[in-house]
Amino acid sequence: MTVLTDLTLTTAREGLRRKEFSAVELAEAHIAAVEAARPLNAFITETPEKALGEAYRSDEKLARGEGGPLEGLPIAIKDLFCVKDVLTTAGSHILDGFKPPYESTITSKLWQAGAVCLGKLNMDEFAMGSSNMTSYYGAVHNPWTRQGDNRPLVPGGSSGGSAAAVAARIALAATGTDTGGSIRQPAGFCGIVGVKPTYGRCSRWGVVAFASSLDQAGPMTRSVRDAALMLKIMCGHDPKDSTSAPMDVPDFEAALTGDVRGLRIGIPKEYRVDGMPAEIDALWQQGIDWLKSAGAVPVEISLPMTKYALPTYYIIAPAEASANLARYDGVRFGLRVPGDTLGEMYENTRAEGFGAEVKRRVLIGTYVLSAGYYDAYYLKAQRLRTLIARDFDAAFEKVDAILTPTAPSAAFALGEKMDDPLAMYLNDVFTVPVNLAGLPGMSVPAGLSADGLPLGLQVIGRAFDEATMLRVGGVLETAANFTARPKSDFGKGAA
Amino acid sequence: MSAREDLLVEGRTGKWEIVLGLEVHAQVISKSKLFSGAATDFGADPNSQVSPVDAGFPGMLPVINEMCVEQAVKTGLGLEAQINLVSVFDRKNYFYADLPQGYQISQFTQPIVGKGLIHLDMPDGSVRTVGITRLHLEQDAGKSLHDQHPTQSYIDLNRSGVALMEIVSEPDMRSAEEAGAYLKKLRSILRYLGTCDGNMEEGSMRCDCNVSVRRPGDPLGTRCEIKNVNSIRFVMQAIEYEARRQIEIIEEGGTIVQETRLFDSGRGITRTMRSKEEAHDYRYFPDPDLLPLVLKQEWVDGLKSGLPELPDAKKTRFVADYKLSPYDAGVLVAEKAVAAFFEDVARGRDAKLAANWVTGDLFGALNKRGLGIEASPVSAASLGEMIDLIADNTISGKIAKDVFAAMVETGKSAGAIVEEQGLRQVTDTGAIEGAIDAVIAANQNKVAEYRGGKDKLFGFFVGQVMKATQGKANPAMLNELLKQKLAG
Repeated sequence: MTVLTDLTLTTAREGLRRKEFSAVELAEAHIAAVEAARPLNAFITETPEKALGEAYRSDEKLARGEGGPLEGLPIAIKDLFCVKDVLTTAGSHILDGFKPPYESTITSKLWQAGAVCLGKLNMDEFAMGSSNMTSYYGAVHNPWTRQGDNRPLVPGGSSGGSAAAVAARIALAATGTDTGGSIRQPAGFCGIVGVKPTYGRCSRWGVVAFASSLDQAGPMTRSVRDAALMLKIMCGHDPKDSTSAPMDVPDFEAALTGDVRGLRIGIPKEYRVDGMPAEIDALWQQGIDWLKSAGAVPVEISLPMTKYALPTYYIIAPAEASANLARYDGVRFGLRVPGDTLGEMYENTRAEGFGAEVKRRVLIGTYVLSAGYYDAYYLKAQRLRTLIARDFDAAFEKVDAILTPTAPSAAFALGEKMDDPLAMYLNDVFTVPVNLAGLPGMSVPAGLSADGLPLGLQVIGRAFDEATMLRVGGVLETAANFTARPKSDFGKGAA
Repeated sequence: MSAREDLLVEGRTGKWEIVLGLEVHAQVISKSKLFSGAATDFGADPNSQVSPVDAGFPGMLPVINEMCVEQAVKTGLGLEAQINLVSVFDRKNYFYADLPQGYQISQFTQPIVGKGLIHLDMPDGSVRTVGITRLHLEQDAGKSLHDQHPTQSYIDLNRSGVALMEIVSEPDMRSAEEAGAYLKKLRSILRYLGTCDGNMEEGSMRCDCNVSVRRPGDPLGTRCEIKNVNSIRFVMQAIEYEARRQIEIIEEGGTIVQETRLFDSGRGITRTMRSKEEAHDYRYFPDPDLLPLVLKQEWVDGLKSGLPELPDAKKTRFVADYKLSPYDAGVLVAEKAVAAFFEDVARGRDAKLAANWVTGDLFGALNKRGLGIEASPVSAASLGEMIDLIADNTISGKIAKDVFAAMVETGKSAGAIVEEQGLRQVTDTGAIEGAIDAVIAANQNKVAEYRGGKDKLFGFFVGQVMKATQGKANPAMLNELLKQKLAG
């Protein structure tokens, strides 16, 4: 018998069409799995009634032969996306009780396509983190654990709830957002596919902002084909977002031809960083070999400015965040901690409402924009950002896509690296340059570490050429044949 | 610029030069806000014109309103300014309860409009040119209401996000009078363009005054900024007071501290709002939610060719075509509607006479009633008709004043009033001669004196004849005939 939670978007879509099961049954199976998986803490808000209502209406549409490309498919939403009348927290105490009176463009498109909403997913506070440890709603547990070691591991971040939910098979897919790696790193840590499209592909309207010039939404799924399907629905020009690109969206599923013959794949020599585990280096070489045997041509490239990517990112992102988070002041929505003066109310509200990592970044951002420091930090970082983007421009004159590891390590244990923000920031060393250059990047599960944890490979594409990137990702997926399952697996049917 | 001697002010220890620069915030006329679709009507119920963008809700994004850009460019063109085809919106960061985003979207290093000029029409008829430094677009903040509750403040976000043009002048003005003339001229240009209604009482035009003083020929002194003055009269008062205050401090051996001050219109003084040390660090940086604003030259050219005739051009034309004095022309063009009214009156008539009637009796009547030209009780056509009656000698200019007063009172036409009140001028030579003869007969002694060389008595005879004709005798004919008769 088919275990409904073990399907993918594409196989579930087929099952619904063939009437093997109903959308309501599919939703019920996932709602049960969400409940059973509560120890993972992947959800901040579960919306089972909403899911069932939507599934019921999907069944009606399907019975009439109607329905969108995601009709009746249960997915979950990172709690950074505003969903109308549903608590939206961004993982922060400061948004206590905030139910937006509007729906983000991305979620509107997903519901329009027929998707069913299971709820809102846990995440690092305001998407600031690489472990999901900064959430006000507590850590998310990675469904995977090390062999012979039951200590809980982080799912990565900031889209940690999204990655955990998809990997544990409690949602067919999830939305994520990626400012410096927040889709790709948790996808890598949890053994799923995560795509960050080109900056400007997905509307940011209705997505709580972290760093506006870097934030991009994207799909997190259990197959490259699912990612292609979901990405097509999420993309598209939105007149409500001035940075949204007025470009046509290709049929990404059609791009998955499996044919990478003659494609030139860039291998950046600077990405062999000090202290990277040998097994990650080996997996990277394995990826190169897989693509080579599929007919692609590996080409060594140089991205010399990459070494400045992390410091550049940790100036620009906090600078933008310091302004973006100024609106959380206790005046109009969310948490308000009273004070005797307006200033005191601000201080009390923001002191109590923001966690340590958010405060750290707001302080850094305020500092780098201050009179007397602006030129030395913010302006210099902007110049470096241009140089980093130029590195990629030059590389893409020679290659069609770039292959790197997703992260320099596998998932680490809860609480590790928490006392050392710099070590934590290093987790994003391979993903951050992609955001700075505005390029598309994706993580594909490619293998296991020696202690049995998933490891991902990152494919980086040309701007607005997600199609080629997905094609390469699809070939890696086939070659890797990643069939390992996490310990917390709700796709196994009734236990 | 060398000091203008006539504008120096006398202190206890010698002469001082006042140096003034003005920053005007002009609310853009547009149906919706600078970055949201919410309405901008004045006087609506609190918080009834607020979109989630204006309220700074999470995930909301600004989208530039093309109409506001058009209005700013038109204004720039009206100020003979450089239009920057690429400009950038920045975030100006500060916390206040009526600033929902925690930053104001403004333009800092790359404004939409660069350097321009404005020509002031001074009361003595001279023209003074003042440089415009820049014009940039920015959002207005909301309004805090502190008098609604004993311990808490209320916030009205209707104004939040409304488009403002900040128009900055060079420090080119040297007297309160020039500052007043600057604001009047700027307001006139904005109204001609239809880009700002210029109503300072409603706050749609607000002025910050930068004031400093120096000895003639010295470098610029330390300035104080007087914030948010809301009438031209107050601007002039504030400047007078502030300049005097600064001169006294320096003359007593003190130094001026750079600071922001407020004008207390009740007491006619300025007082400290915050010092330089308390000044905000606004941490400007380019708003990542907005791409640079890029304009096409052809689009700007199109706006330029569609601009209305502006006050300066109209004034030049009035002087050339109607032979008006520059002063009269300046008065008539200050308001577009007045200029149009005048042109309607002057069409096909003696323009100088038309100008005198409009700026004299008509303005007098409007001022007395507190009316604008749009609400004038006498239409341009009616005034024209009355002037026609003067021209064809039906009434004299003197009688016309009474006719006009009656027109204002009753709304009737000049012709009707003349008929009803029997004011038609006497142009019948015989009737006038008869009256002259009677006056001469009755005043033989005075006639003798006159003929003996006492010329001044001529006026006495004119008065007597006018009295006899109830003022209706045509003055020119009366003069002519009286001269003849008295000559004997």
